[in-house]
Amino acid sequence: MTTLLATSARRRRTDRIARGFLALFTLVALVPLVLIIYYLLVKGLNTFSVEFFTTDPTGNFLGDPGGIKSAIVGTVLMVALATVIAVPIGIAVAVYLVEFGKGSRFAGVVRYFVDVMTGVPSIVFGLFIYTSLVVAGVGGSSFAGWKGALALALLMLPVVTRSSEVVLQLVPQGLREAALALGAPRWVVTVKVVLRTAIPGLITGSLLAIARAMGETAPLLFTVAAVNATTLNLNERMNSLPLQIYNDVGQANDALVARAWGAALTLVLMILILTLVARFVGRRSSFS
Amino acid sequence: MESGALTAPTAAPIQERSSRARAADPAFRIVLSGLAALILVLIAFFFVFLADKAWPAFEQFGVFGYIFGNDWDVAKNIYGALPLLVGTMITATLALLIGVPIAVASALYITEMCPRRLQSPLTILVELLAAVPSVVYGLWGVFVLIPNLKPAMQWFSDTFSFLPFVGGAVAGPNYFVAGLILAIMILPIVSAISREVMTTVPPDHKEAALALGATRWEMIRMAVLPYSRRGITGAAMLGLGRAIGETIAVTLVIGNSPTLGKQIFAQGYTLAAVIANEFGEAANNKLHLAALIAAGLVLFVLTLVVNAGARYVVVRAEKKETGSGPNLGPTEVALTPTPILPGNAA
Repeated sequence: MTTLLATSARRRRTDRIARGFLALFTLVALVPLVLIIYYLLVKGLNTFSVEFFTTDPTGNFLGDPGGIKSAIVGTVLMVALATVIAVPIGIAVAVYLVEFGKGSRFAGVVRYFVDVMTGVPSIVFGLFIYTSLVVAGVGGSSFAGWKGALALALLMLPVVTRSSEVVLQLVPQGLREAALALGAPRWVVTVKVVLRTAIPGLITGSLLAIARAMGETAPLLFTVAAVNATTLNLNERMNSLPLQIYNDVGQANDALVARAWGAALTLVLMILILTLVARFVGRRSSFS
Repeated sequence: MESGALTAPTAAPIQERSSRARAADPAFRIVLSGLAALILVLIAFFFVFLADKAWPAFEQFGVFGYIFGNDWDVAKNIYGALPLLVGTMITATLALLIGVPIAVASALYITEMCPRRLQSPLTILVELLAAVPSVVYGLWGVFVLIPNLKPAMQWFSDTFSFLPFVGGAVAGPNYFVAGLILAIMILPIVSAISREVMTTVPPDHKEAALALGATRWEMIRMAVLPYSRRGITGAAMLGLGRAIGETIAVTLVIGNSPTLGKQIFAQGYTLAAVIANEFGEAANNKLHLAALIAAGLVLFVLTLVVNAGARYVVVRAEKKETGSGPNLGPTEVALTPTPILPGNAA
């Protein structure tokens, strides 16, 4: 009989050190988050007031810089338009991939290019819209809100498609077969059974895509430019939160930098709320 | 009950579908296929369009002359993208060097070591980093990170000046700061994918290692890491793709100087940053605009290659390991980005 050997002291020490490092690195990973939240709260909350949210930026370098009303309105409008464009198309493509194109070569190619789109840097989308729509002055305007929304939609489209595809695949095959056996045509099965079952997941995926688009700066930089006044006309230049922050960061003026912090906190809060809603909807999903 | 039980109780005839219902199905299919085809058309158009618009720059300097020209001078109207390309490489490499070990370590800690109660709070905290928009990272970098880090960077530069690419005066915004911010930004995605891969390690492997007397760390090193190595590689390459394309945060903290920095604490430029920064002045200069679009094209191709590489590494490894054909293994599933939180590529 061999006797069980105790783990040697050296191995135990290595184990302790290695585990210590793993824990330490995890702490290190959390440091930037803590610092960012701390500075956002400390510097951002100071600026919050009713006027901050209800006045437009004045554009004055000296004196009262004004608030961020036009930026919030612009962000909401452009993201809403981008959502209206990207979500239906994205879900439709996902439905095609899962319900109709299963295993076909064409579907494989489409899936591959959706992945390619996911990896394209957002600034390249902005550049594309800039050269194709802004420089050419399509729609009688150079920079315009809808062009920015289009750039955001390009960015959201692959994200929506990818997440919807995963959700649709989770719909139990038995449901489809049952509906088909009852004599329902394919499109009725898709609309009334598959999509209806998958709704919570589809909403979650779309909300996450919206939250992502909301924080994007680069595509807007080239496509909407920024103005100070609030406008509801999507065929004009528009302000937006990320652009407001970007422009204020570059200014050597404490009041403008303070506004940037306030706008940043507002933006992060909006994104967090969307994310939380998405998680909540996702958790209530009927399957999974 | 009775003898005729096999005949249907109500003899309703099987109904033919109405012609309308029959026509609707192919129509539905065609519309959906059309939308799917739209994506292909879009990408093709996208590429051709950008290539066409970038043509004047390639014509003027030659494709190689443009990419490897070491002179980006707007005043002289000369555009060589090498300083930008190298800047992109340096910052992305720094991001990987700093970000990946931390991301993998945190993923290991969360999946293998931490108490069960802490698992989901820690996961959410790490993923929260992905909810912060790029421009906010930039803002934070400019007003918090750079002023606080500058003395430390200067000290490092003075003390370790014998190392290559270190030494000399430290600029406020520089390659290192940009790399650090990028590291923070790719951390959540690399960590998320690594975690997903690590949870697919068969418990048998881990239990076998422990049963043979391995310590926790030995179990991680001999069972968990070998199994998830490919997934981690893929995750890192995906992070690389993100880091290459990241724009706004980098633009704010890299200093925007179109010459090759001699050390990592020098000001620089990246492909993405140059587009964001110079497009305004380029509106009236055809060649300048073409050069910027060419930079976008190079960036596009670069991310394409990196992402395809990530996919290739993982798929090939999967095939070798399981011998199964197109069957998607855990790593492949994890690699196709199911967005857990909004990403932060700006």
